Amino acid sequence: MIEKNGIVEEVIEIQNGVYILRVKSQQIADEVKPGQFCNIKVDDSLSPFLRRPFSVCDVEDGIISFQFNLVGEGTRILSKKKNGDVLNIIGPLGVGFDYSGIFENAIIVAGGIGAAPFPLLINELNSTKNIISFIGGRSQKDLIKYKLKNIVVSTDDGSEGFHGNVVQLLESEIHKYDKVKTKIFACGPNPMLRALSKFTIENGYNCEISTESVMACGFGICQGCNIESVNSDRFLLVCKDGPVFKAEDVKL
Amino acid sequence: MRSIDLSVKIGSLNLQNPILLASGTVGYGNEISEYTDLTKIGGIVTKSVSLNPRKGNPPPRITETASGMLNAIGLANVGLEEFIKTKIPFLKNIGSTLICNIAASSIEEYVECTRTLDFEDTVKAFEINVSCPNVKDGGLIFGNDVKNVAIITEKVRAVTSKPIIIKLSPNTASIKEFAQAAKDGGADAVSAINTLVGTSFNIYTRKPKIKNITGGLSGPAIKPVALAKVLEISRNVDIPIIGIGGIMSWQDAVEFMICGATAVQLGTVNFINPNASLEIIDGLKNYCLETNLTKISDLTASFLI
Repeated sequence: MIEKNGIVEEVIEIQNGVYILRVKSQQIADEVKPGQFCNIKVDDSLSPFLRRPFSVCDVEDGIISFQFNLVGEGTRILSKKKNGDVLNIIGPLGVGFDYSGIFENAIIVAGGIGAAPFPLLINELNSTKNIISFIGGRSQKDLIKYKLKNIVVSTDDGSEGFHGNVVQLLESEIHKYDKVKTKIFACGPNPMLRALSKFTIENGYNCEISTESVMACGFGICQGCNIESVNSDRFLLVCKDGPVFKAEDVKL
Repeated sequence: MRSIDLSVKIGSLNLQNPILLASGTVGYGNEISEYTDLTKIGGIVTKSVSLNPRKGNPPPRITETASGMLNAIGLANVGLEEFIKTKIPFLKNIGSTLICNIAASSIEEYVECTRTLDFEDTVKAFEINVSCPNVKDGGLIFGNDVKNVAIITEKVRAVTSKPIIIKLSPNTASIKEFAQAAKDGGADAVSAINTLVGTSFNIYTRKPKIKNITGGLSGPAIKPVALAKVLEISRNVDIPIIGIGGIMSWQDAVEFMICGATAVQLGTVNFINPNASLEIIDGLKNYCLETNLTKISDLTASFLI
């Protein structure tokens, strides 16, 4: 992990309120693994005060990209960045997905902006893997399909695809895949991850979840992003021990 | 180029420069050592250690505020035994002066921790945390009672000849009385300030943004308060002061020294710029050159009022 000034290539609004920020940073691009994140200082001012953590979405020719929703001051500032702007970035941080095991089906489960880390994972997955992307959103406009493969969708309001949430969708589809040859990679809001973890643990699926938390430093010194561990009395840190955990290792 | 003497002295503790890293903002040094050269700083104050391991508070523990942040970590730490077994060996080799911060929920616990750590050559001084706002059993219960501060200082003094620094709370009406109590109890210095008690609520859920409800406010938002407390101590009590509170730049560090600080600690800034310490040390050097100072220690309490 390193602290680097990256040069903004461009910011693209890929759909209403969803942005891709592309930043030139050869060193981070060379080092980053799927599911890792960077902690970005959006500008030099005291407001917003802290860095903002974002999963690395994709890597291409020394350029790292981040996908984000416009939610507050930090993301508003990022959305206005122009080609040539300098961004101070710490990264790559944390523990990403473990996709080294023997499995045939890589099932992605993403809720809303939880789709962010998966383009890079898909890129890195062995081409022999069968990739299926289950994505969910409140409504059709909230579905993010950017660089995903073999997409199956759910919406809470039924405006596109399966009418219900993405975990219900997965439960209704997963019988199609051989359990022992399947690994699930998930990211999304906590209620979604909680429901998914319950399902995968009860049914014996191999599942990794990418969690999120408010954090300050992103590398273990502020101790602000703790998460309850299943196996230990001590808390784990989302920034250092995660953000990706085995579903059975953390209590959300 | 003229040579600038950046060294400062706190009791019998010599520091190569006045820039220390504050307790609870650099863990035990290992993570931040990947971003900065710890051999160049004045010293490092380790995360509070208590006799037994403490799990700390449940999440969420922090939230951002205007020019600052609230935290309620709750003194999460590995406990004295593991600290000695697993953290001291790393700290031995960082090439930086090590000040060990001790937190406790009883007077006996402060004494026990100090007595045990006194045998560790690596530990050059103790900072006694009587001012954590985020735990129920200890911290501010002591820090808000001037008699307790005096008693803790005396008892800790009795078991070590190493320098003792008492870390004071700003959450009191008159910080000078606490500084005086620390001095009377035999402390070599005080550090000021710990965080200010604050809170923040989500207006839609109507719930506090941190689980502990209140937390400690840090960052540049508290700098003017911290400066006023340092000045108050400086004008009333003859004891070295280590200034803490929202330092982000070398200018801030200079301001603290002018108001009375012998050295300063960097806290929250480490989360945002883990190399801030070295940048600030460079800034101090340039300031000395620019203003014809040969010894930075001449800055301490040089205010003109």
